[in-house]
Amino acid sequence: MEKLLLLGAEAIAQGAIDGGMSGVYAYPGTPSTEITEYIQNNKTAIEKNIHRNWSANEKTAVEAALGMSYAGKRAMACMKHVGLNVAADAFINSAITGVNGGLVFAVADDPSMHSSQNEQDSRFFGKFAMIPILEPSTQQEAYDMAYEGFELSEKLGVPIQFVLLPFNARKRYKGLLDKQVLMEEEAENSKYNIYYEELNLSGEAKLKTDKSFGIIACGIAYNYLMENYPNRDCPYPVLKIGQYPMPYKKIEKIVNECEKVLLLEDGYPFVEEQLRGFLDKSKKIKGRLDKTIPRAGELNPDHVAKALGKDVKAELKIPSLVANRPPELCSGCAHRDVYNALNETMREHGKQKVFSDIGCYTLGALPPWNAIHSCVDMGASITMAKGAADAGVRPSVAVIGDSTFTHSGMTALLDCVYEDTPVTIIIADNSTTAMTGGQASHATGRLEEICIGIGVKPEHLKVLTPLPKYHEEMVKVLREELVYEGVSVIIPRRECIQTVPKSKKEKRIKTEEVV
Amino acid sequence: MKADIILSGVGGQGILSIAATIGMAALENDLHLKQAEVHGMSQRGGAVQSHLRISEKEIASDLIPLGKADLIISVEPMESLRYLPYLSESGWLVTNTTPFINIPDYPDMNELLLEIEKLPHHIAINADEIARKVKSPRSSNMVMLGAASPFLDITYESLERGIQKIFGRKGEKIVKLNIEAFEAGRDFAIAYTPVGSS
Repeated sequence: MEKLLLLGAEAIAQGAIDGGMSGVYAYPGTPSTEITEYIQNNKTAIEKNIHRNWSANEKTAVEAALGMSYAGKRAMACMKHVGLNVAADAFINSAITGVNGGLVFAVADDPSMHSSQNEQDSRFFGKFAMIPILEPSTQQEAYDMAYEGFELSEKLGVPIQFVLLPFNARKRYKGLLDKQVLMEEEAENSKYNIYYEELNLSGEAKLKTDKSFGIIACGIAYNYLMENYPNRDCPYPVLKIGQYPMPYKKIEKIVNECEKVLLLEDGYPFVEEQLRGFLDKSKKIKGRLDKTIPRAGELNPDHVAKALGKDVKAELKIPSLVANRPPELCSGCAHRDVYNALNETMREHGKQKVFSDIGCYTLGALPPWNAIHSCVDMGASITMAKGAADAGVRPSVAVIGDSTFTHSGMTALLDCVYEDTPVTIIIADNSTTAMTGGQASHATGRLEEICIGIGVKPEHLKVLTPLPKYHEEMVKVLREELVYEGVSVIIPRRECIQTVPKSKKEKRIKTEEVV
Repeated sequence: MKADIILSGVGGQGILSIAATIGMAALENDLHLKQAEVHGMSQRGGAVQSHLRISEKEIASDLIPLGKADLIISVEPMESLRYLPYLSESGWLVTNTTPFINIPDYPDMNELLLEIEKLPHHIAINADEIARKVKSPRSSNMVMLGAASPFLDITYESLERGIQKIFGRKGEKIVKLNIEAFEAGRDFAIAYTPVGSS
C-alpha cells in the first residue's frame, strides 16, 4: 500500500480519483480549494484526462457535474459551505432528478469562520435535499468516503458533507421519499456509525460501563473525545456518527440506556436539535443548546474536556503587548491604487457609502482605506448598488473583482443595463482569483466584450491602469462617471502582484517554445 | 516519542514548508502524524498558525489541547507569543527575532524580547540574518526548522531528506540552499543552549 501525506481536502481528491471519477467541477473557496488543485496537478488525473478546470461559480459546477452524471460518468462538485448557497437550486433538485453515474458533492465547512462570513452547517442542506451525508473524522475516512461515495450514490442515488453525495430519485419526489427508508437502512448499518457500548474506543472490552452518561460524537468530534482518553478507556457508551440520515435505532438505544446524553458535534447543534425538539425542556440532552458546549465556534478538545468535567490547563497567558494582525492588501497591490483614487473622488460626495463584494479587495474595508462598506455574497455589490440607486442614492457605487464578476455579477449588470440604472461599477481586474491563491479567472481577456455584450455603452466603459503615477487620471475618470445618470463600468486592470512572477515565467516558456 | 507543535507566523512566511518537511520526515520514520489546516486568511500579511502533531502512538485530535504543546516554532517574534496558552510547562518556544511590522501598533522590540526571555525554555534566533549569512535570504523558515530540530525526535538525515522531497522539484540549487540554512539554524540552537538531544 502506498503511503501519502495528505490534507483532508487532498485525501478527498485522491479518493475521488481512485474511485473512478471522470470530472471535477468547482469554484475556489477556502477551505475547499485544495481538492480541485490536487486533482489538477495529479499525474493519474492528467493521464486519464479527468475534467479539472475551474467553473464560473458553484451553481454551474454542480450543474455540469450533474450533466456528466446524466451521461453515465462519475463526477464531483466541490465548494465551500457558502458556495452551496449559490448552488442550492441545482443541488436540491439533483436529488429529484436522480443520477446515472455516481455524483459526489464535497462541501467544506468553516466553523469559527477562519476565512468566511458565516459558519453555516452544510448538514442542514443535505437533510433539506433528503440525501445521505458522510462526515469524515480523519483523512483516511475522507479518502474512503470519497472513494466509496460514487458507488453509494449509484446504489441509492445521493450527496455528503465534507464529502457530500446526490441520488437517483427517478425524476419524482415520491421516488425520493420512498428511498428514504433505504438511506436510513444504509446509515443504520454503515461502518461509519458505530456504537461502542461494551468496547473501549480501541476495540478492547470495557473494564466497566458507566451508563450515567452516553456520548454521541459526530465526525471530527469523535477525535476530540478520544483525545481526552489517551488510553481510550472512556467508561461511557459512545455512538460515533459519520453517515446520515441519522442512525435512528442506535440513537434510540443510547438515549434509552443512558441517564444523560452528551452531544458532541462541530458546526450547528444539528443532531442535538432533532433529539431535543423544542418541547423537551428536560435536562437529559447536553450539548450546545444548554451551553455545555459553547453555542458558536469550532469545537476543540478543550471544549470537550470541560463538558466531561476534566481540567483544562493553560498556564501561560498571551502577553498584553501582542497586537491584532489582520490580513492586508499586499505591498504593490493594484487595489491600493484603486482605493486611493476612489476615496479621493468619493470625498467630494460627502459620506456616501460604497457597496463591495468578496475577494482580496474586501480588505479595503479596513484602515487605512475604509473605502467600502458592504460584503454580503458573491455578486451582491452590483445589485445592491442598483437597489440603492433606485432608492435615490447618488452616486451609487459597486466595487467587485474580475472573478467575482463572472461568478455572479454578470446577471446583476444585466439588471442595471435593462433599466439603465445610474450606477458606477468598478471591476477591479487583477486577472486572477487572488484571495484563494491565484486560480484562473474566467474574466481574463474578455471583460470588455462581456460588458459590451450585456449592453454597457462603449463610451461609459473605461479601462484604467491602477498605478500611483496614473492617480490623477483615475480620479478624473471616476469623477466624470460617478455623476453619469446611467450605467458606467470602470475596469482598473493590473495583474495581481502575487501571480506576476508566475505568469511572466509562463510567458517566457511559451516564447522559448515558439522560438 | 510525541511532539505537539504549533507553527506560527505571518501569511506568506512559509510555515507550511516547515510543516511539510517535518511531515515528510515523520512519514519516513513510520510515525503517526496529524496537521490541521492553516488557520488564518489565505492572503498575505495576517496572523497564521497551524497545529502539527507527530507520535509513535495513534493521534486522536487534529488540534492540540491548551497547555499541551511541546514546541512553538514561530517565524515571527510577536506571533510566537500569541499561542503561549498552548505551550506546556516543559515546552520550548523557538522563535525568529526579526519582526514583520505591518501594523501601526506593533509593540516595542525590547519589550517583546523581554517577554520571550521570561520563558524558561526558549531559543531566540535572528533567522533572517543567518539566512543572509549563508547566502540563502529566502530560507529563514528553514533556519527556524534547523533551530527547532534538536527538539524533534527525528534524525538530522530524515529532516534533510524531507527538505529534498519538499524542494526537489525546484532544483538541486534550491535544495542545497535550504539545507545550508537548516544546518546554520541547527548549529545556532545547539550552541545557544545545551539541550542534550541529538
